[in-house]
Amino acid sequence: MTLSRGARWGLTAFMVFGLSFIYIPLSVVVINSFNIERTFGWPPKGYTLDWWAKALENTGMREALWTSVKAGLGATAIALVLGSMIAFAIHKHAWFGRNTVSFLVILPIALPGIVTGVALGAAFQAIGLEFGLLTVIIGHATFCIVLVFNNVIARLRRAGANIEEASADLGATGYQTFLYVTFPTIRTALLAGALLAFGLSFDEIVVTTFTAGAGVQTLPLWIYDNLARPNQAPIVNVVAAALVLLSIIPIYISQRIAGESAAGGRI
Amino acid sequence: MTTTIEPPVTVGRRFSGYLHSRPTIRLVALLSLPLFWLVVAYLGSLAVLFASAFWSVDSFTGNVNRTFTTDNIVYVLKTSVFRAVTLRTIGVAAAVTVICAVLAIPMAFFMAKVASRRAQRWLVIAVLTPLWASYLVKAYAWRTMLQNDGVLEWMGLPSPGFGLPATIITLSYLWLPFMILPIYAGLERLPDSLLDASGDLGARSFRTFRSVAFPLMLPAIAAGSIFTFSLSLGDYIAVKIVGAKTQMLGNVVYDQLLTANNLPLAAAVALIPVLVMVIYLMLMRRAGALSEL
Repeated sequence: MTLSRGARWGLTAFMVFGLSFIYIPLSVVVINSFNIERTFGWPPKGYTLDWWAKALENTGMREALWTSVKAGLGATAIALVLGSMIAFAIHKHAWFGRNTVSFLVILPIALPGIVTGVALGAAFQAIGLEFGLLTVIIGHATFCIVLVFNNVIARLRRAGANIEEASADLGATGYQTFLYVTFPTIRTALLAGALLAFGLSFDEIVVTTFTAGAGVQTLPLWIYDNLARPNQAPIVNVVAAALVLLSIIPIYISQRIAGESAAGGRI
Repeated sequence: MTTTIEPPVTVGRRFSGYLHSRPTIRLVALLSLPLFWLVVAYLGSLAVLFASAFWSVDSFTGNVNRTFTTDNIVYVLKTSVFRAVTLRTIGVAAAVTVICAVLAIPMAFFMAKVASRRAQRWLVIAVLTPLWASYLVKAYAWRTMLQNDGVLEWMGLPSPGFGLPATIITLSYLWLPFMILPIYAGLERLPDSLLDASGDLGARSFRTFRSVAFPLMLPAIAAGSIFTFSLSLGDYIAVKIVGAKTQMLGNVVYDQLLTANNLPLAAAVALIPVLVMVIYLMLMRRAGALSEL
């Protein structure tokens, strides 16, 4: 569009300001992980790789990382199955409860995490389910369903029902149609949903706090626990910097599978 | 002459034919498991939360007494501390939403309508990347920004120190991408010809923005605000990291549950954000936000 010179300059300046606002704190985290001092001092007086080496050997951190990966994979698997089932049901059938179900799927993510966390925690206690990795996975899966659902339903709506009917007309069984027609259509949508679900679960701390027992520590819980311990600060800095740098991986994957939509999946 | 090849009748084919002619059975098969999960696990939990707000704690043994009482609700409504915390939390959520909108609108507009196609892709990546960086890490980053002799002061900027303003800044930082993305997606769908037409009719840039682009952005802004508002409303961790002694609803729930071991009172306080969020969702639905999510 045609913009006046002033408006163009103003918008550009705003964009630069916005990006600095986003990236200065993240850069500080990365630089700080090489800070030679134990306590925070800015700017750093010197740089070292020692903390990175020490952090890699930290067993508490490694166990927490492994717990987070297990919880993320479990929650993602459940969300993939349940989220795509709801998407199929809503896409293929018009029935009275359609809008209610769409709303029900969004609710776990629309309500504040602390409400979901306290509610699930209270319910697990009421039925006598002991807190542990299983309860964390159940909690995470509940709010991850919506991410898979959103991606799959968007893809199904775009693809339409014609090719599945064509497949059936050509004599394919329902199973063959799913395997050779439907599944390839939604494959990247499933991947985008799974990526978002895993990312959300991996980063989650509120619901985790209220559903994890004493023995289960995910990586965010480990970081939060160690933030209060000054002598652990250099190790926490390294883990924080690593998490910032590792966020390039999901961005790269989502860009590869995104194709036409640059955002790479729907929140 | 045409020949038709009859596919062999197998069990699988019979089964898919059966399902095809009976969509209800297929629907029930698809929905029973996910609905069982959402209704039993999730709505059931919310029901337990709601019910526990009407229970009490035996002050002697510390056990939850499951007989109906409205004491907790009355206590929450009558105590001025809870009222102050509720108002503060809603104020913080509203301030965060406004700050995010003020930052996100020009940024999304630049990304969708000013930047070149190539730059557009990179800008989307640049805005999305922090979403994948850990929540705790970002809150923690603001601790180093805001503290005494921290990065802000080193940059020659005044730091508000830890407290309520720091909480608002940090939460705005955390949820900014959630506001930019829906607005950007909405603007990308908005045809340039609409803005050009406004220019052709003599409107200057700002007038076009105010009278054409902004009204069309409103549903997307409302959609983004659901995230910024809801996520701020329940937060208690960023507040603990940068808020000094600031208390929000989340802190009260957390302290009542895990420190005071008083589930009924925690549940009664947790009903406040639920109520606020339900009202907020209804308001935003009228602004057309839900179709933009």
